[in-house]
Amino acid sequence: MTAVKLPSDAEAAVATPEFEAAAIRQESRRGFLLAMPSYAYLVLFFAVPLVIVVVYSFATRNRFGGTDLSGWNLASYARLSEPIVRDILFRSLWLALLTTLICLVIAYPFAYYLATRTPVVRNLMLVFVMIPFWTNFLVRNYAWRVILGNDGPFTDVTEAIGLGERELLFSKTAVVLGLVYSFLPFMILPLYAAIERIDKRLLEASRDLYASGLQSFRKVLLPLSMPGVIAGSILVFVPSLGAYVTPDILGGSKTTLLGSYIVTQFLTARNWPFGAALSFVLMAVMLTTTVVYFRKGGRTL
Amino acid sequence: MTAAVEITGITKRFGDVVAVDNIDLTIADGEFFALLGPSGCGKTTTLRMIAGLEFPTQGSLKIFGDEVGTLPPNKRPVNTVFQNYALFPHLNALDNVAFGLKMQGVDKSTARKRALETIDLVQLTGMDARKPSELSGGQQQRVALARALVNQPKVLLLDEPLGALDLKLRQEMQGELKNLQQNLGVSFVFVTHDQEEALTMSDRMAVMNDGKLLQVGSPEEIYEHPANRFVADFIGQTNLLEGRVLDSETVCLANGAHVTGTSDLPMGTEVAVSLRPERAHLGPRDETHSRQAAVDGVVESVTYLGNARVYHVRFDWMVIEVREENRPGATLHEPGTPVSVSWDPSAVSVVAD
Repeated sequence: MTAVKLPSDAEAAVATPEFEAAAIRQESRRGFLLAMPSYAYLVLFFAVPLVIVVVYSFATRNRFGGTDLSGWNLASYARLSEPIVRDILFRSLWLALLTTLICLVIAYPFAYYLATRTPVVRNLMLVFVMIPFWTNFLVRNYAWRVILGNDGPFTDVTEAIGLGERELLFSKTAVVLGLVYSFLPFMILPLYAAIERIDKRLLEASRDLYASGLQSFRKVLLPLSMPGVIAGSILVFVPSLGAYVTPDILGGSKTTLLGSYIVTQFLTARNWPFGAALSFVLMAVMLTTTVVYFRKGGRTL
Repeated sequence: MTAAVEITGITKRFGDVVAVDNIDLTIADGEFFALLGPSGCGKTTTLRMIAGLEFPTQGSLKIFGDEVGTLPPNKRPVNTVFQNYALFPHLNALDNVAFGLKMQGVDKSTARKRALETIDLVQLTGMDARKPSELSGGQQQRVALARALVNQPKVLLLDEPLGALDLKLRQEMQGELKNLQQNLGVSFVFVTHDQEEALTMSDRMAVMNDGKLLQVGSPEEIYEHPANRFVADFIGQTNLLEGRVLDSETVCLANGAHVTGTSDLPMGTEVAVSLRPERAHLGPRDETHSRQAAVDGVVESVTYLGNARVYHVRFDWMVIEVREENRPGATLHEPGTPVSVSWDPSAVSVVAD
């Protein structure tokens, strides 16, 4: 087809199918150009490194802690069935799941409360939810170390109420506490967005149709806020599963989680192929959970 | 007989705003009752208080003799058809309709059977598997109606149920609602801002403004004998000729003209003579009017409505609307023609503020 010159805004002409087609092509070209920077960035810094990780996971560690890229094998994946690795995997999964559940239980009532306030109160509360983000993540985790540590405020409280000197630091509880603290906002925000969107008259309608408050929640509010529940759960579960900083600072050496274990493989054990294999499995687990979860809540999303 | 709804001295405040101001209202069993008023007049708040969606600040609210003012909505024998329906978007038509029965603990098969029967009743047979989003506005309206009716409420509350429908469908539904109400014999309390809808559908109606109940009566009583200026103006079209009471038979208009208008208000009270456009008649100046009240004016403009013409007649300080039916042989008065506006003295009512 011959190139059609698009008239500029100033030129008026009779419309033709060629002109229309050219205009549509130009529009889609423009869209591609707009997306170009992010495409380039993602390919360069996400897709390419990901391929490198996959390639390394099939390679072999040599005696000097380097990586031989010849001789492909599945040895790194075979190691996943070792009891110690399996324990770490399941512990990580369990703690991530627990974190997600606790976040959900805490965040839901708060998100509902938020969604039913006046806009002024709402925005103020949202700012409060965001405030922790203004401080460095690492600093906040160290703050928890002080709170939970020896002679910290937590111990003072347990002593004061007669429970004796209790210490939470370096335990699974401390890790979950830290994770919940870190990722709670990621649960609150999508839940708030989902609940805020629901027509509150639907709740009135359910009450008018003889539902008790609880039934109204179970039959109307919860099903309609499912998109928020799913989005929030993924946003909390995924980073909890791969969390490194919080378990490392609050969990100590007794509670090794996947994130720390992977770091150890790369930095201390210098076993890059095994670290790569672990990373890849972690990603696969996250992807599967996400897909399954989205499918389940599918139609409402 | 016990009244379906008995409201005594009910007031509802939202902060400093008085939404409903000390109203008394009795709605009889089996009655089609319309609550009419401009938006913000408190009619919806009144309905919501009957439903239990708002608690009154003060006053007594009885449904069939039982005080219910402080009960939550799920403990009241009434159901509501919400404005814009508020259908559950995640449930299909059948589950929407069966919702109330299930919540009351009716077993699944019975609930399903009764829901299907009610869906038939509102003429939605075969639509039971559709989600609200797959139904047209009129069909959604019927689902909302079925969802409320299936519970066999003692009083059905309807909050502007026809407001979202287009004119043709609305008129059709008006008739259907009325029939349904007569067949079921249940009281319907119907909130609307559309005075025509209230006039055509209701057995009795209440006109509200600014949280106050201005007049309660049959459509005919309210149209023929408006209690005050607001009611006269709000219900139908009218010309308000400002003036003062001269004696029990005469009103002296603001320009000094005397017209007949019966009232028992004291002499000198500021009043208006309410003259409905269709009750005035337009004729040439020289025509003699026996026993007719008349004022002289000049035609300013004419609006053609198809079935009628509305003349705007300049009369001293004001413009009077006169509606003439478009009958064959009706005289057409061009703008600029000097005319006389006449009416039967018994056709007007004298209203004060």
